[in-house]
Amino acid sequence: MTGKHEPTHLETGVLIVGAGAAGMSAAIAAHDAGVAVALIDRSLIGRGGATVMAQMTVAAAIGDEQPDDWRHHLADTLKAGRGLCDERLAGLLCERGPQAIRQMGEWKVGWAHHSDGRLRQVEAPGHDRPRCVYVDFLNTGPAVSRSLRAQVQRRAGTLRIGDLCVTDLVVADGAVTGVRGFSMSDGRSVSIAAHATIVATGGLTRLYKRNSASANMGGDGYALALRAGADLIDMEFVQFFPIGHLAPRLVGMDPIMWDPFRYKLGGQLLNSEGRAFIDAYDVAEDGRYKATRDVATYAIIKEVEAGRGSPSGGVYLSFRHVPAARLREAFGPVIDRLAANGIDLTRDAVEVAPIAHYHMGGIRVDENFETCVKGLFAAGEAVGGANGANRLSGNAITEALVFGRCAGLSAAARAAKARTYAWRDASEERAASQSSTQNPAALIVALQALMDRSVGPFRNQAGLQNALAEIASLRAALGDAPPEALRGFDMRRLDWFDARNMLLVAECVAQAALARNESRGAHAREDFPVPDPAFSFNQIVRLKENRVVLGR
Amino acid sequence: MNLVAILIVRRGETGNPSWSRFEVPYEPGQSVLDGLRRIRATEDPTLAIRYSCINANACKECMILLDGKTVYACTARLEPREMGLEPLPNKRLVRDLVTEIAAPDERLKT
Ligand SMILES: Cc1cc2nc3c(=O)[nH]c(=O)nc-3n(C[C@H](O)[C@H](O)[C@H](O)COP(=O)(O)OP(=O)(O)OC[C@H]3O[C@@H](n4cnc5c(N)ncnc54)[C@H](O)[C@@H]3O)c2cc1C
Ligand code: FES
Repeated sequence: MTGKHEPTHLETGVLIVGAGAAGMSAAIAAHDAGVAVALIDRSLIGRGGATVMAQMTVAAAIGDEQPDDWRHHLADTLKAGRGLCDERLAGLLCERGPQAIRQMGEWKVGWAHHSDGRLRQVEAPGHDRPRCVYVDFLNTGPAVSRSLRAQVQRRAGTLRIGDLCVTDLVVADGAVTGVRGFSMSDGRSVSIAAHATIVATGGLTRLYKRNSASANMGGDGYALALRAGADLIDMEFVQFFPIGHLAPRLVGMDPIMWDPFRYKLGGQLLNSEGRAFIDAYDVAEDGRYKATRDVATYAIIKEVEAGRGSPSGGVYLSFRHVPAARLREAFGPVIDRLAANGIDLTRDAVEVAPIAHYHMGGIRVDENFETCVKGLFAAGEAVGGANGANRLSGNAITEALVFGRCAGLSAAARAAKARTYAWRDASEERAASQSSTQNPAALIVALQALMDRSVGPFRNQAGLQNALAEIASLRAALGDAPPEALRGFDMRRLDWFDARNMLLVAECVAQAALARNESRGAHAREDFPVPDPAFSFNQIVRLKENRVVLGR
Repeated sequence: MNLVAILIVRRGETGNPSWSRFEVPYEPGQSVLDGLRRIRATEDPTLAIRYSCINANACKECMILLDGKTVYACTARLEPREMGLEPLPNKRLVRDLVTEIAAPDERLKT
């Protein structure tokens, strides 16, 4: 049964890589515009990325709770972006957001609502009013994913293929004409010719050891687009969430879940000596760090450096001063899920630390979500620019829904005009490397540790230079041919392709971070602690003769 | 004393089963998936297990048999004893612990 399968070749109008909120929204829009659509994912449809993992809220100026206008939402978005937002993209996100939320409501996502039908909206940090809708209880992402998948399923003729990993975009005469990849379930090579291709592969937070990522969030789409000749933008802006869960091991929960509770209940951050330490930094840094970066992130990292961290390398978050009844009231059923993980908040403090959570940067697109390479579009977290140097909470799912739809329509318009497919051959067999003994899974672990250490929430020149050197040596260790293809679920081969992409994307992040000699939004440099007006521009990354180069 | 979890894992494709025995350090709270991922990174990168979300228990891709009972590898806890891991019995076996679980209309045609 280990015999190799013949390569498979398919053709479609609009090909969408990645079936999260962005990819599924694009598939629906493109199908409704009347073209043939194929939606593919390296995992299962609707399960592989961040969308299904999101537990919190979605921002849009629907004004159900309080009068609101998308321009207010835009003003907040631009403020958080510290002068670097692409205002066209941010404007689209905010203006079309309400429509996307209503549409999801019609598709029975189950937004929490009042008895008179108005949606419930909560206030989240950075928003000037209650603007964020949600699905109870901590069920926003799964509900969004499920509703979209049902809509895709209803659109007859839409080709949906899971377990298909895209490894390269195919470029001919300066245009993207489809993709190549392999089937996870039997190892067969697959090629798909398309009139328009949308990269909707999500973000890159798997680059880091401490992350909220799934296994499929190593930044594939950035690497695919870059190698096909597209530009990336704002790659230095990785959002770290200050108090991500670290220990004890907690499963079944979003690792960023502590934040609202910390605000609501006054959860205390304590060091190994049991002392609340945040104020010390606030005062000692004469407010500077408060102005330019997250105090909590900075204070936690400095406590750990000073040897006052918790056993797992973070600090403690304690609710022990809060009466049990209040805890139960505020946490609701979450208390029981914590208990299932052996955590009793009246007794135990948990360990928290900054974790990589979202990527503001990404593929550079125009207002039609097309890249500078004809036929190549992008949507969702894969797109850079809308959020500038930092993202408001709740904007990411709105962005995925809105950008997915826009990209789907633009790609459909291109596909509707096309007639013939530019190519039809199935496979380009790579030379297999000789019985390689290296372990790409171990290489990925090493890269993740390096990224945490040197390209994390606080960066400096020496660390970034060291990171670039290490990335180069990891790349040399990986080699330039994947292990020989075996059969179904060859994870060593998958790891090799993942490592190849992750190393390229890591280099982009480190190079852009090294060149930005200032601190702004989510990019914080210890050696350049304040924003510098001279850096009020977006950095562009592209490949030139296989080298990563920066531009404007 | 350093406790270990001993994972006895069913390997291979349909028709040529074998078993591997792995020892991983036991740390309270770690999931069976944590153990398997550790084995992949330190010992045997060819070990196949399907998962996406790791922490959130949202993707529902990691179902396997643990000592004959169906569990999520990411929520089942490692224990300092021998633990038998097998693929789901009622699905087509792909390899090792991985079975074909995609809906029939959401896969590549064979
Ligand atoms: C734990 C967590 C909680 C979050 N909570 C919130 C929240 O409350 N509110 C909010 O607004 N945002 C939240 N975010 C961010 C938000 O969820 C994401 O930005 C958004 O869902 C991204 O959607 P997407 O469709 O662009 O990508 P994703 O949902 O990540 O989907 C990308 C898909 O592409 C597939 N893929 C990747 N590479 C390939 C390849 N090479 N070949 C084929 N397929 C590929 C992946 O398998 C995946 O299914 C959260 C993120 C995380 C991780
Ligand atoms: S890994 Fe996602 S549910 Fe287990």
